[in-house]
Amino acid sequence: MSTSTRALTFTGVGVSPGRITGAVRQMPKPVSEPPKGERLPHNLSADDAVVKLRAAAKSVQADLNRRAGSAQGAGKAVLEATALMAADPLLIKAAVKLVNSGSSPERAIWESGASVAEMLHNLGGYMAERATDVLDVRARIVAELRGEPAPGIPVVDEPFVLVAEDLAPADTATLDPTKVTALVTSGGGPQSHTAIIARALGLPAVVAAEGVDGIADGTEVFVDGAAGSIHVDPTDDDRAAAVAWAKTAATLAVFGGTGVTSDGHRVQLLSNVGGAKDAIAAAKAGAEGVGLLRTEFLFLGRDSEPSVDEQVEAYRGVFDAFPGKKVVIRTLDAGADKPLPFLTDASEPNPALGVRGYRTDWTSPGVLERQLSAIATAADGSEADIWVMAPMIATSEEAEHFAGMCATAGLKTPGVMVEVPSAALMAREILDEVDFVSLGTNDLTQYAMAADRQLAPLAALNSPWQPAVLRLIRITVEGADSHESHKPVGVCGEAASDPALAVVLVGIGVATLSMTARSLSAVGAVLASVTLEETRELAQLALSARSAGEARDAVRARLPILEELGL
Amino acid sequence: MSERKATIASRVGLHARPAGIFAAAVGELPVDVTIAMEDDPAEDAMDAASILSLMALGAGNGDVVVLRAEGEGADQALDSLVKILETDLDAE
Repeated sequence: MSTSTRALTFTGVGVSPGRITGAVRQMPKPVSEPPKGERLPHNLSADDAVVKLRAAAKSVQADLNRRAGSAQGAGKAVLEATALMAADPLLIKAAVKLVNSGSSPERAIWESGASVAEMLHNLGGYMAERATDVLDVRARIVAELRGEPAPGIPVVDEPFVLVAEDLAPADTATLDPTKVTALVTSGGGPQSHTAIIARALGLPAVVAAEGVDGIADGTEVFVDGAAGSIHVDPTDDDRAAAVAWAKTAATLAVFGGTGVTSDGHRVQLLSNVGGAKDAIAAAKAGAEGVGLLRTEFLFLGRDSEPSVDEQVEAYRGVFDAFPGKKVVIRTLDAGADKPLPFLTDASEPNPALGVRGYRTDWTSPGVLERQLSAIATAADGSEADIWVMAPMIATSEEAEHFAGMCATAGLKTPGVMVEVPSAALMAREILDEVDFVSLGTNDLTQYAMAADRQLAPLAALNSPWQPAVLRLIRITVEGADSHESHKPVGVCGEAASDPALAVVLVGIGVATLSMTARSLSAVGAVLASVTLEETRELAQLALSARSAGEARDAVRARLPILEELGL
Repeated sequence: MSERKATIASRVGLHARPAGIFAAAVGELPVDVTIAMEDDPAEDAMDAASILSLMALGAGNGDVVVLRAEGEGADQALDSLVKILETDLDAE
């Protein structure tokens, strides 16, 4: 075989641009349940099995303590508490009892962990949240007993390309961006958590790349997060592309702070944030305001509603990062992939089409009213211009009702999200009731295409480049334009963070784009390279395409700056 | 059998960090220590070295718990533990 032969290439969907080379680390598969009724092997006495079990628990404990030693803040405290659980007498004693009655140590700790987790779960509140920690410890002990790698993101000293089936929201907490240089998954789609995490951290990422699970640990690869490709054994060209990207990334890290086309058409470039820390980072990155403040951060992982005072304080932390600027706050969007025990019904057969977002006000009245009152109080002492919007609005009656609630709370700029196709079609009537709309392209795409955004096999359907989705966006803009007061239409979905698509959205007539702060500079740079008339031509190309792929290719071909910047 | 009563001073009760500190302290003592709520019978007492048992006990701020230990050093051990429980560990 000649050295110039490309050994192997994998192709997926590029979800976050960047080109790098690095060594692969596979995320271990989740620990499988030891079979029910698994007995002690014949060559292992119960006494020896107990010794093995205790040793495994101690070793897991030592490992967690070691990690706690190098962690900081809240993460450190969690690791320390989890380490204590690993060798906890309650957990171990119950398992030892099972081993003494003939169970394999793996099955014994599995069952003991399950009953402890159930006990904590039944206690509710803070204890119920700790049940997950017990299950994590249990999985670690089973992996240790089997001699398998510990579950979760590998902890190694050298930077690496993380390859996984998909990442869960919980993995974000343990993902160290100084160690992980790129993300590659065999599952997931463009709207999956992996994609969102990668964009937020500015890591090159490719999802839905079938076959990558087979790449051995330590294999050198080249990842192109714009093209969606992974090359095993990088060529000299690949290495040169990675070096060039590193230089581009450094220049792209700066955003001038004003979104504008080359001929002076202003487009506000805002940031999506999930709390005060994000907001401060977004302000630093030059965001012209906040286009989407997700308020779930205050509610997720709790079993009761945060108090109004607690909410006021949290919202004000975000508002204070943007004095004199616009902050669009979205009311609680629970349900579907963001369940909340006190608000949503986990047993719904079809949660994405269930009681979620604004609809939770019908089944749990009061929560939304208290949230609006907290927002109004926080807005009162703030210099930011506060706009409020409701998620999952389907009809103009809902928009009217929400606007009424905002008025009662003393909030002067009510709006709604357009995520449900019916809201796009009824934009004109909806804008009779509220002052603005913001397109949530992730959900709008999954509902327009009837394709669950978490499912890898449906990744192609879930592309925001789908002409059907772009046409729904155009209908929304037309609805707003037919209104005498020309109320603004914004986009706050992931589509706004793709520089090529952002240009198309501007051409369709979208007034503001809100994205993860990392994308501001890339979107700003590409926007500044085109005139308003050119954005309209590009929009026309995309709208008249027959498929998502055709739309994307046609637009990208007309934007050579993307290739120059490696986007 | 030595016995001491203590009132939980931590504002969040004997959960989370306070429970961790307490369980770790019990683990370092030369004697086995049990913990129970004031009104619970002694046979329902739990292992005080277990953070999971402490969490299950669910002792809140202001609740009174009973610590029990036997053998040499039991009195001293219990005195040191009462001191921990009656300190607001969250305030540190």
